[in-house]
Amino acid sequence: MTTMAADAGAYEAVFDAALAADERIEPRDWMPDDYRASLVRQMAQHAHSEIIGMQPEANWITRAPSLRRKAILMAKVQDEAGHGLYLYSAAETLGTSRDELLDKLHSGRQKYSSIFNYPTLTWADMGAIGWLVDGAAITNQVPLCRCSYGPYARAMVRICKEESFHQRQGYELLLALSQGTEAQHAMAQDAVDRWWWPSLMMFGPPDDASAHSAQSMAWKIKRHSNDELRQRFVDICVPQAESLGLTLPDPDLRWNEERGHHDFGAIDWSEFHEVLRGNGPCNTQRISQRRRAHEEGAWVREAAAAYAAKHGEEQA
Amino acid sequence: MTAALALGDDALVLSHRLGEWAGHAPVLEEEVALANIALDLLGQARVLLSLAGDEDELAYLREERAFRNVQLVEQPNGDFAHTIARQLCFSTYQELLYERLARGGGPFAPLAAKAVKEVAYHRDHAEHWTLRLGDGTADSHERMRTALEALWRFTGELFEPVEGCEVEWDTLHADWLDRLTSVLKRATLEVPEGPRRGAWAAGAGRQGVHTESFGRMLAEMQHLHRSHPGATW
Amino acid sequence: MSGDRSGAWPLWEVFVRSRRGLSHTHAGSLHAPDAEMALRNARDLYTRRSEGVSIWVVPSTAVTASSPDEKDPFFEPSADKPYRHPTFYEIPEGVQHL
Repeated sequence: MTTMAADAGAYEAVFDAALAADERIEPRDWMPDDYRASLVRQMAQHAHSEIIGMQPEANWITRAPSLRRKAILMAKVQDEAGHGLYLYSAAETLGTSRDELLDKLHSGRQKYSSIFNYPTLTWADMGAIGWLVDGAAITNQVPLCRCSYGPYARAMVRICKEESFHQRQGYELLLALSQGTEAQHAMAQDAVDRWWWPSLMMFGPPDDASAHSAQSMAWKIKRHSNDELRQRFVDICVPQAESLGLTLPDPDLRWNEERGHHDFGAIDWSEFHEVLRGNGPCNTQRISQRRRAHEEGAWVREAAAAYAAKHGEEQA
Repeated sequence: MTAALALGDDALVLSHRLGEWAGHAPVLEEEVALANIALDLLGQARVLLSLAGDEDELAYLREERAFRNVQLVEQPNGDFAHTIARQLCFSTYQELLYERLARGGGPFAPLAAKAVKEVAYHRDHAEHWTLRLGDGTADSHERMRTALEALWRFTGELFEPVEGCEVEWDTLHADWLDRLTSVLKRATLEVPEGPRRGAWAAGAGRQGVHTESFGRMLAEMQHLHRSHPGATW
Repeated sequence: MSGDRSGAWPLWEVFVRSRRGLSHTHAGSLHAPDAEMALRNARDLYTRRSEGVSIWVVPSTAVTASSPDEKDPFFEPSADKPYRHPTFYEIPEGVQHL
């Protein structure tokens, strides 16, 4: 097979042209090292978020107050494991193994979304997570279905399709509580009070302080700025909260006729950075549970590998 | 409806135990597999309990003594080998039972005909893991052997006739033992020799007598529902 | 976590036939110790909303891919054979069943 002699410059031109034409970059295409590294970082963080995100919700599976809710919650937590797998699978197309990524998660060298470092204290948190956390995630993720990297975009299409029920079930759950007994209503309001601000932080630091944003936008890994998406989310949530009969915990929240958007209060970025630094209420707990599951599962994975090695010929 | 409660409670309780694995499974692929099985069982439980009354009242408001599940399904998850051993013993039984119920044409035939396909997959999952753990490493073999020995004393109860299930329990038992013996042999494991049931005249799960961990499991499962009497969720 | 490496499971590519009459399409990948488990994991992961009627799994290492260098010689020749595509031909209006 003859290979065409082409220098890096020519490859880069092809890459740039593909981006400019809004075409997808595929695994075996040439791509700049930084683009590859940036993608791996983002996909890994996204995959880690899915699997760490199972924990706060799994916390309530055994206490779900009706069998219908229990089935929904189990299916949702299962989807999160599935979504983690789709994303690790997409990351592997760039030559980074899942084991390598999990090692980095377990040793703290790669992050997951800080939102999962908050605790789920009551059943209403299952509703608030579905409505606000999944709502924020969907606002972030829908544009990723058009991300420039093909495998990531395809994984996101699948994930967004499957996630459509996650947000709706959360909203329905909160509505049932809000319209239920006084104690249930109070439980719902308390959950919204605790999850509102952390959900707004999910869009990341303000645009002028975001380390990776500009380059990611240029590469079409990211399609909208953090502040733009945050504003979109606030505008969507305000009328939804009204229909729920619940209050969003922000005295400065009001419609701005001139901007055509809601103004909202200042976000406490010091909390965001503290949680990111490892000082959130559940950082240690989440990572140690994840590591324990992995370490305690080692003998199972080894047994299956040993069996496959022994019986490999019979199967082939 | 004694039978609807017995079969429904089996499915409900085992589903709950499998749900406890969420976030703790040995590998991500197995998170998805265990949840699939738990969801199938929960679906079966809801249909069966609804035949006997209101599913939530039955699940959340009965006292421990009113549950009719076999003790096998309430046994704690233990390590993955214990969970697989429990799955193997129960799903093999459940498949054989549902096959018969589906053929029998009684009140459970429609449910059994649908559920037997799900259960066949659960049994297949348990068998594949039994082979891999039994014939994997020395460590996994030992864990699987220990698990089978520990659970063996809860398997006798499976074949106690359930009122309302028109099946031949003796042949069901014989088929179960055949099937299990052949899988264990392929997995280089032996059929345990110990007793098949505990020596206590009070009976076991089908009579409403359960094991220590079951009360704690129910306390966790029922607490929230019971804290808000009459609330809807 | 030194035991990890010996327990590392290989990667498999998963192809799903979504319904009768369609070909198997690449759905993604997963890890499994062997082919039998790969099939089962694929069923649980990629068809849990009844998205498939048949599944293939292939060890990722068994896939031979054209490299980007080969892209042009591999795919350009066909680009100049528009007569292979039905839209190349002009058919008078009203002619049916073509």
